[in-house]
Amino acid sequence: MAKTLTEKILDSKAPGVQAGDIIAVDLDLIFCQDTTGPLVVRQFQESGFTEIAKPGNTVFFLDHAVPSPNKELSNDHILLHQFVQKAGCMIAREGDGVCHQLVAELFAKPGDIIIGSDSHTVTAGALGAFATGMGSTDVAIGMALGKTWFRVPESFLINMEGSFTKMVTGKDLILYLIGKIGADGATYKALEFSGEALGLMTMSQRLSISNMAVEAGAKVGLFPSDEVTRKFLEEQGRGSDYRPLFANPDANYERIYSINLGYVEPMVSFPHVVDNAFPVGEAKGIKIQQVFIGTCTNGRLEDIAIAASILKGKKSHPETRLLVCPASRKVLMDAIGLGYISTFIEAGAVVLPPGCAACLGLHQGVLGDGESCLSTANRNFKGRMGNAEAFIYLASPATAAASAIRGEITDPREMM
Amino acid sequence: MKVLKGRALKAGDNVSTDHIIPGRYAHLRSNLPELVKYAMEDAIPDFASRVREGDFLVGGNNFGLGSSREHAPIVIKMSGISAILTKSVARIFYRNAINQGIPVLICNTDEINDNDELEVDLDKGTVTNLTRDNEISLQKVPPFMLAILEEGGLLPYIKKYKGFIVPAK
Repeated sequence: MAKTLTEKILDSKAPGVQAGDIIAVDLDLIFCQDTTGPLVVRQFQESGFTEIAKPGNTVFFLDHAVPSPNKELSNDHILLHQFVQKAGCMIAREGDGVCHQLVAELFAKPGDIIIGSDSHTVTAGALGAFATGMGSTDVAIGMALGKTWFRVPESFLINMEGSFTKMVTGKDLILYLIGKIGADGATYKALEFSGEALGLMTMSQRLSISNMAVEAGAKVGLFPSDEVTRKFLEEQGRGSDYRPLFANPDANYERIYSINLGYVEPMVSFPHVVDNAFPVGEAKGIKIQQVFIGTCTNGRLEDIAIAASILKGKKSHPETRLLVCPASRKVLMDAIGLGYISTFIEAGAVVLPPGCAACLGLHQGVLGDGESCLSTANRNFKGRMGNAEAFIYLASPATAAASAIRGEITDPREMM
Repeated sequence: MKVLKGRALKAGDNVSTDHIIPGRYAHLRSNLPELVKYAMEDAIPDFASRVREGDFLVGGNNFGLGSSREHAPIVIKMSGISAILTKSVARIFYRNAINQGIPVLICNTDEINDNDELEVDLDKGTVTNLTRDNEISLQKVPPFMLAILEEGGLLPYIKKYKGFIVPAK
């Protein structure tokens, strides 16, 4: 029977699966981060298990609150270190980077099944991994058993044609798509991205797109594993992890959306839901007090590069704070080597250590009452950046950089 | 399962986990009795002072969207809420709520107002609105998830079965 990418990946672990089946499957990677990890540890201890099933495939990431902003979170970090030491699993520390970026750089392989106690675990779908977010109890039991259960989702095909015009990126495509199908438009479904434009889509853009699949409610956001995947894995020194992986051409999709990339404009998602997305022209002139470039959505080298190209030789607006946060130690090192970090600092930016930084409102850029932020992150929910009286707009790094210069939301095509 | 009786506390559409328990309280996640004081703060500001044991939390579309933080259903349950009634629910929140042993019941909540007295019969699959004298039917909970719910959550389920009992194909 012809299979979707979802069915193909799950079939290799539980032969004969079809959409709608409930299956228990072995896991290739199980991870958590520092704000959901302490509950993972407590639930694991409560479960009666004493050893984790796959220490070599289990990772704790310290990324959400690093370096820790207060003693309570510092104590949570101590708990995680103690557990990791006893369990013999891996830990990524302060400054290593955001979990999803490190999973892409170091761990995820085409065909893997990955769970993490973070909703943006879907990011690894860009590499053809069936990767999805779960809560702490599911992840604790995943660590204990080396398995989890899934309902095999039906798939929507996003058929991409044509090519992006200047200053339009994967971030704009995913904001456009979520605007079109809604923040619950793909709830419980798999989003599968393919089509003739696939080969033009860089891994950086694929990661941004998969990252936000959850903002349409999807369980996974999958890309086939192709030459772009092979090249990316080789660049990470993991060429042997590559294998090609595609859906069958006549697979059964619940819905098919066709998007010509040439018609996608730079997009802005207005407060307070992600599907409130419009072309940048609709947001033109909105004053912003903070610009945040970074996160698991848009903190990769390609994102940093486009922002630096716009900011080179310019200054951020005197009434706008510009925060830049590379997504990993590797991205930071590469950005230093290429001179981008100097460009940001000369432009008046604050460069933050690799991590989640201002995205979830814990520290490093909490908004004041009535303030607006243009962020390259994935969520603009009320209260997300630490203040329910603030406003968050989402856009690409190009739009963010252009807007930082003018102090108001700006079409990056005006800076060309 | 039994009949639940209580009062509706109504929230709107798209109540995210950031509304339910904002990230700015992440430092209290290892201190649940303190964390629960801030439950629902950004969606129903007077929730903490109004909620009573046995109340129902009533949502609209896409309840619980956003982060995977299981603290969201935990603080709702700790507040005394006996079940969440909503038109639709985001997948991670749904799974987390079941894992915590708190039912998420899918039904048309348009006709339920804040403070309405409700009676939920889980076996019959109905919500009787005692204030407005009408009845709404509930979507069936899938059997696999019902089994987890009946054990009181995923930890007691795993303690009992030592693994996942998935339906044979």
